[in-house]
Amino acid sequence: MNESRQESAREQELLRRIHAGDKSACAECIELHAPGIYRLALRLMHDERDAEDLVQETFLQAFKAIDSFEGRSELRTWLYRIVYNAAMMRHRGQRPMISVEDALQENGAVTVPEQLLDWCCLPEQDFQTEEMRSQLEQAIRDLPDALRAVFVLRELEGVSTQDCADTLSVSTDVVKQRLHRARLWLRERLSDYFAERI
Amino acid sequence: MPEHSHAEKRCQDFLQDLSLYLDHEASVALCEEIERHLTECADCEVVVDSLQRTISLYRALPQPEMPEHLRQRLYHTFHLEGFLPEAKPEADKKD
Repeated sequence: MNESRQESAREQELLRRIHAGDKSACAECIELHAPGIYRLALRLMHDERDAEDLVQETFLQAFKAIDSFEGRSELRTWLYRIVYNAAMMRHRGQRPMISVEDALQENGAVTVPEQLLDWCCLPEQDFQTEEMRSQLEQAIRDLPDALRAVFVLRELEGVSTQDCADTLSVSTDVVKQRLHRARLWLRERLSDYFAERI
Repeated sequence: MPEHSHAEKRCQDFLQDLSLYLDHEASVALCEEIERHLTECADCEVVVDSLQRTISLYRALPQPEMPEHLRQRLYHTFHLEGFLPEAKPEADKKD
């Protein structure tokens, strides 16, 4: 049995125990998935307390609806979908909805790179500073929501293109396109930052 | 120096496929085309190099850890205190 089939069998067993009301299985589910859900929630909400509330809301929804989970996707993908939808619901209550394209325009995202400075030649220590990491974290926070969700799932959580598409209810082509735009956006921001140091 | 503007259609087409190339999802023919273009276009070479560097930098960012008080809150919410693993030290403890 290969690794992914073993993983799938373990997940089926965990689900069977949760369905049967086994509390230790619920605890295992939290141990397995809460850290990833928290990281995603934090990247989507920007605020620790909001992220913590969102994690709790996600598990409340998940355990309530676990009987309707049919196992067509991985449990992790299903949980990510819940946290993403809950985050978007909260955002909708806080600000007007805008399309990705509008958001890109509003935030000055580029499709053609503008900053063509070669900063890769900088000394290695310039890439290891707290200030650089802080700039990069801020650039990630500034990504438009739709791009950031794809970016976090694919690049920081290691979710596959297909699972990311399932989580966000978009096509795999849209996932690839948004990830590419997010990468170009971050490259541009880092280029602006390093341009001041050359 | 390249003899064409970086904003030319050819560069833009090439840039659209850049993530496929960097993720090793591009066909052999596309890879060859991109690599040929890079030998002719210094601007695109800069974009590729800095994009690769950007990717390696964000992948190396430290991942935020779930705070211990949140784990405890979840176990408490679902009446699972009896299954709570031994608490790890937490630097960011809140009230």
